[in-house]
Amino acid sequence: MSEKTKVELEKTASDDETPAPPVESDERAPEGRGSVVGRLIGLVRSRPQLVAVVVLLVVALYVPFQLVPFRVFQFTMVMVYAVALLGLNLLVGHGGQISLGHGAFYAVGAYAAAIMMFHWDVPYPLTLPAAAVAAFVIGLALGVPATRLRGLYLALVTLAIAVFLVPLLKRFESVTGGSMGLSLEKPQPPAWTGLAEDQWLYLMVLAVTIVAFAGTYSMLRSRVGRALHSVRDNETAAEVMGVRPASYKRLAFAWSAMFAGVAGCLHTWTFAFVSPDSFTVNLSIMLLAGIVVGGLGSSWGPLLGGLFVMFVPSLSQDNNKAAPGMIFGLLIIAVMYVAPTGLAGLAGRAAQALNRKG
Amino acid sequence: MRSFGGGTVRGTAATAAVLLAATMLASCGGRGEDGGTQASGECQGQQTTGITDKTLKLGGVYPLSGPASAYGDIPKGIQAYFEYVNKEKGGLDGRQVEFVVRDDGYQPPKAVEEVRRLVEQEQVFALFQTLGTPSTTATWDYTNQRKVPQVFVATGASKWGADTKHPWTIGWQPNYISEARVYAKYLKTEKPNAKVAVLYQNDDFGEDLLGGFKKAIAGSQISIVAEQSYEVTDPSVEPQMRNLSGSDADVFLNITTPKFGSQALAADAKLTDWNPLHIVNNVAASITVLRPVGFENVQNVLSSTYYKDPVDPQWADDAEMKLYKAKMKQYQPNADPNVPYHAFGWAVADSFAKTFTAAKCKTREGLRDSMRNLNNVQVPMLLPGVTMTTSKDDGFPIESMQLMQLKGERWQLLGEVIDTRKEFGPLTG
Repeated sequence: MSEKTKVELEKTASDDETPAPPVESDERAPEGRGSVVGRLIGLVRSRPQLVAVVVLLVVALYVPFQLVPFRVFQFTMVMVYAVALLGLNLLVGHGGQISLGHGAFYAVGAYAAAIMMFHWDVPYPLTLPAAAVAAFVIGLALGVPATRLRGLYLALVTLAIAVFLVPLLKRFESVTGGSMGLSLEKPQPPAWTGLAEDQWLYLMVLAVTIVAFAGTYSMLRSRVGRALHSVRDNETAAEVMGVRPASYKRLAFAWSAMFAGVAGCLHTWTFAFVSPDSFTVNLSIMLLAGIVVGGLGSSWGPLLGGLFVMFVPSLSQDNNKAAPGMIFGLLIIAVMYVAPTGLAGLAGRAAQALNRKG
Repeated sequence: MRSFGGGTVRGTAATAAVLLAATMLASCGGRGEDGGTQASGECQGQQTTGITDKTLKLGGVYPLSGPASAYGDIPKGIQAYFEYVNKEKGGLDGRQVEFVVRDDGYQPPKAVEEVRRLVEQEQVFALFQTLGTPSTTATWDYTNQRKVPQVFVATGASKWGADTKHPWTIGWQPNYISEARVYAKYLKTEKPNAKVAVLYQNDDFGEDLLGGFKKAIAGSQISIVAEQSYEVTDPSVEPQMRNLSGSDADVFLNITTPKFGSQALAADAKLTDWNPLHIVNNVAASITVLRPVGFENVQNVLSSTYYKDPVDPQWADDAEMKLYKAKMKQYQPNADPNVPYHAFGWAVADSFAKTFTAAKCKTREGLRDSMRNLNNVQVPMLLPGVTMTTSKDDGFPIESMQLMQLKGERWQLLGEVIDTRKEFGPLTG
């Protein structure tokens, strides 16, 4: 062994050691030691996820008191879509299955809440768990084909559910209100809060959204989440490890339907009106497009997807009155081309690129 | 597909930044600044949002995309009318009209969003038309809460006039019940013992018309002997027609939208052993619906109407029709003036202009009161004898129609204009 290689070997060894404590930012920024700013920077570097969530929560709480009611309404809808997409993410992103019929489960939740409020005068907070249970049960039943079919076949079956629902809702007029739908009373804020109607709605939807996100987050980190991932990645291997693919697939379908149902219930609260035309096949396709564009399997995907579903159609309408659908389609293609892992993936890549430069 | 890996964590900050940017972008204009203005002087305290001495801003929501996008032609006629008024008449009472059109794709949640955008973001003076019964139902609680006029909504449901809790919303076209009354009136005099077979679309439109017909024939010798319904999603109504032909009905009431209207007409022509008097409702009575069936197969079919059909040769020399065709060519060169929806838009815009001009106070309250205080207002695009009349308890501007019969290749008006208000009394819930 020559001297040169020895030196090189030593050099690489020392290279390996230098970045050893990368998280302890105090080492890197000694001038900030003790100061508040320094600590904050340290926190951002060591726990970016946590800091981002906290900042986002602060902003989310600030929004309803600062923006005009129309914007508050829009962000309420972003969260409603995000909850639905959370469910779809569970199924498509983490379960590796596909659903072109999530609008149907959304409608089940919306109608369950509306029928309870309209016919039985159920106080609106109680409709949320009921809508969740209704969607869960129906999801569990319709999840049976999910255990036997995959890919295109499953896509077709779920699409059929979405197609079949609208005419079904128009029948049974005494219950569903037929094609006229049901008009309801909007949830009123309790007097002691002093909030406006739209602020109260926003805050309730925000609370549900936070619970939903926290719930899925912890679930995915548990045994269940790992089992889901293993089924998605390799069914045979999962089975060998003692995971039962059939039951997990069916459960993923039902959970996913449950989140869509919860979102549907929030939809009913927000609009105080349901009709079959609100839940066409288009909604199902928009939802699937939303989660794919937002970022499949990413924890931020549903939120970004919700923003996409809410804002992009009206943005594209601003740009081209004649063919808003075309602009929307082109945008989806563009996003998929530039960011195959969705907007969440794009954000990650942008951050990496910035890091490399800096 | 990635899960909660390192990449995701690194991207978190960037993702959050995207979300924050979206929030901040939307946050121009703070809460509490409503932007609303109020009148002074005689009309003190009334809302003047969206209106000045020189400008007037209106907003409309239509399905420019989606399954009902055929109706997206209506705003083109409206735009042509307002441009004509702006450029050649010095505006509406000296105000340049701006008409903002938004697309809801016939989806009620989208309609709610667009209506809120028009009211809060665009700060329109009034909503001039929302289209479709579901979309209007989804929005009228909001417009009435905000006290924004929702003028001449494009749907024939009877609820806009029958309701008393929404004084800010009003319809325009004859409601389906009035139309049903016109047919009932005709049958009572011409075929007092008629046995009627009905084909109807299973939604609010079909049920409104059929329900109105049943009420209108109550107490007479006329009876309904067969009923068949279809869904908008059905591929064909031929099975229903075969069932109906088994009845011994001598009148067939065709309550359908255009596509199914022409299917039913064609099926009736094919069923040679059943030859009832065929009545097709106004919605499906356009010449463009009848032509593919073959004019020789639809002779003597009955229908009713209330505004002038641009393809009807009897209006070729009509002053208003000539003006309409010239201005459509000038201001909407890409739109075909022969499409009846454009003429509909022109007529409804003219109606709005007359209602607005009549308002004592040029405020939202003034417009609200004016639209329920129309007294025999003439609109040249409507049939001669059809006028707009409303009052505090009467929220139906047009309740007169005229029967028409197909002769040769065009509709021929039949008899007199029928004022259903006079014949049947006022409409109540």
